[in-house]
Amino acid sequence: MSERLVVRKTYKLFVGGAFPRSESGRSYVVTSAKGDFLANAARASRKDARDAVAAARKAFPGWSGATAYNRGQILYRVAEMLEGRRAQFVAEVVQADGVAAKKAGELVDAAIDRLVWYAGWSDKIGAVLGSANPVAGPYFNLSSPEPTGVVAVLAPPMGPLLGLVSVIAPVIVTGNTCVVVASERAPLPSITLAEVLATSDLPGGVVNILTGHQAEIAPWLAGHMDVNAIDLTGATPELAVTCEESAAENLKRVLRPPAGPVDWLVDPGTERMAAFLETKTVWHPIGT
Amino acid sequence: MVSTLTTPFAEVATSNASLRAFLHGLPGVDRVGADARAAMLATRSIKTTAKGQAIDLAIGMVDLTTLEGADTPGKVRAMCAKAVRPDPADPSVPSAAAVCVYPDLVATAVQAVEGSGVKVASVATAFPSGRSSLEVKVAETALAVAAGASEIDMVIDRGAFLAGDYLKVFEEIAAVKAACGRAGGAQRENGAGGAQGEQAAHLKVILETGELATYDNVRRASWLAMIAGGDFIKTSTGKVSPAATLPVTLIMLEAVRDFARRTGRKIGVKPAGGIRTTKDAIKYLVLVNETAGPDWLDPDLFRLGASSLLNDLLMQRQKMATGRYAGPDYFTLD
Repeated sequence: MSERLVVRKTYKLFVGGAFPRSESGRSYVVTSAKGDFLANAARASRKDARDAVAAARKAFPGWSGATAYNRGQILYRVAEMLEGRRAQFVAEVVQADGVAAKKAGELVDAAIDRLVWYAGWSDKIGAVLGSANPVAGPYFNLSSPEPTGVVAVLAPPMGPLLGLVSVIAPVIVTGNTCVVVASERAPLPSITLAEVLATSDLPGGVVNILTGHQAEIAPWLAGHMDVNAIDLTGATPELAVTCEESAAENLKRVLRPPAGPVDWLVDPGTERMAAFLETKTVWHPIGT
Repeated sequence: MVSTLTTPFAEVATSNASLRAFLHGLPGVDRVGADARAAMLATRSIKTTAKGQAIDLAIGMVDLTTLEGADTPGKVRAMCAKAVRPDPADPSVPSAAAVCVYPDLVATAVQAVEGSGVKVASVATAFPSGRSSLEVKVAETALAVAAGASEIDMVIDRGAFLAGDYLKVFEEIAAVKAACGRAGGAQRENGAGGAQGEQAAHLKVILETGELATYDNVRRASWLAMIAGGDFIKTSTGKVSPAATLPVTLIMLEAVRDFARRTGRKIGVKPAGGIRTTKDAIKYLVLVNETAGPDWLDPDLFRLGASSLLNDLLMQRQKMATGRYAGPDYFTLD
C-alpha cells in the first residue's frame, strides 16, 4: 500500500476576517526551537499593515458599540473553540517552544483560562476604572472608560500562544480592535489562533494578525495616523525607541515593552486593559 | 430645434427611423473584449512622481457632489469651501473642478465659490429618474441656469430610450441644450462660471448606464447624446447600482474619440458614482489616456463625479508628502 501524501497547511495572514496571502507574495522560513523546518509563513509588507488597519477601523464602530455582555460572551466562545482544538495547539507549542508535551499542555490550558478570565472582565472593568466624582458644584460627575480605538500590538517573541492571547484579549475585551504583528520566531500558533477567532462569532476585522518581520512592519503602524495606540510588548529596545518616536506624531497611547522576561503564567491584573482605555467624564446638572 | 444642428449628423436626426438606423448601424461592442481591456489597463502601476501628478490632476477633475434630500445651505457652503481649498493646511492642493448640487441650492453654491474659478453644476430634468414632462424639464433647466449654474447635468429618459423612441430622447436633449443657452445670458457675467468664457451653460448628459442593460446601448446612448448637442456624457446619477464602471467608461471614451475624429468636436466624459479611492481614480486616468488620448486629461474634458473620493486623494497626497499613512480623523467629515 502506498504511503499517504502529506497535506501541509498554508500559513497566511488574517485580515478583516479573511485569510489573504501577503500582497507582496513573500514568505519566510519558520523553524522549530530545535532548528527543524516547520513551514513557510507569509511575510507581511507595509501594505498588508495598511489593509489591516483599514479592516480594524471598519470593525471598530460595531465592536465598540456591542454591549460589554456580548463581547464577554464572544471571548468566552473563543475559549470554547480553543478548548476544542487543544491537541493541535499543544503540538504547535511543543514545536515552537521546544517544551515537553506536559508543559505545553499547561501553557495551552493557561491560555484558555486567560481568555475566560478576560471575558469575565468585559462588564466589570467599567465599575473598577469608572467613578462617580465628588465635585464642588451641584452636579453629578461621572467618569467611564471607553475604548481607545485601533491598537497595534507587537506580540511577544516568547510564549507563542499564552503570550499572544495575553496581549490580544485585554485589548479587544474593552471594545478596541487590533492589528497584531505575531512573534517573528514562532508565528504559526498565531495563524492557528486566527482560525479559532474566525469561527468564534468574533466580527471580522476586530483582530487582524500579520506574520513577518516586526522591524519591517512596526514602524509603519507606529507612524500610521489612523492607529490610536501601540503595544510594544514584543519590540526590541531599538525598535521600541523608533516606534515610540513615530507614535508621538498623532499622540498614540504607547505601552512600553517590559523591562525583563515576562512570566505569562502570573495573574496579569487590569493594567493591560487600562492601558487602552480613555476616560469619558460627564457633568450632569442635578434636578431638572 | 433639429434645424439648429450643424454637425454632419443633421440628416440622421430627421426621424426616429433614421436615428434608429444610424444608432443600430454602429458596430456592436465586444463585451468580453471591453471587460478584458478595462481590466488590463487597470493593472498599470502608477507610482511616485507619476502618482503625485495623477493625484493632483484627479483633484482638479473632481465634481464634488452632494445630491441628498437632506442637503442644507450650510452643508452646500461647507462643501463649496472644500472644493475651493480642499486641504486648508496646504495651499499647493489644487481646487476641485466644480460642485454639483440640486437646482434650488445653485444660488447658495454660486455665492460660496464666487471668484475661485470653481464652477457650479446643477442636476436638472427631474433628476434622478427623469420622469416628467418636457416642459417641466426645460423650466427646471432654465431656473438652474438663471440661478447661476454654469453646467447642467441632465438625465435622459431611459424609458423612451429602451422603448426605442430615440427621437424623443434626442429632442429632449436638444431642448434642454437650448434652455442652457437661452436662460444664461446676463446672469453669467458675475457668475462663478465666468471663467468658461462662453455664454451657454455646459450640458452634461447622464446616460444612467446601470439601467441601459447592454454595452451596445451605452454606445448608442453616447452617440445619441453627442449628436443631440451634449458637451459631456456622464455615466450615472449615482442613485442606481451599478454606477460608473471601467468598461462602460471605456466604451464612452471610445465614442467621444470616434466622434471627435468625425466632427472635430471634443466631447467630455464624466464617470460618476462608486469612485471612492485614489486607486480607482488613477485607473480612470489611465483609461482616458489610453483610449481618448492625453487631450482628454483635462478638467474641461474629463471629470470625476464623487464625494468621498476627495478625502482619499488628500490622504494619499499627505502620505506621499510625509511618508506616513494618513488617517480620516485629520480630514473633514462630509
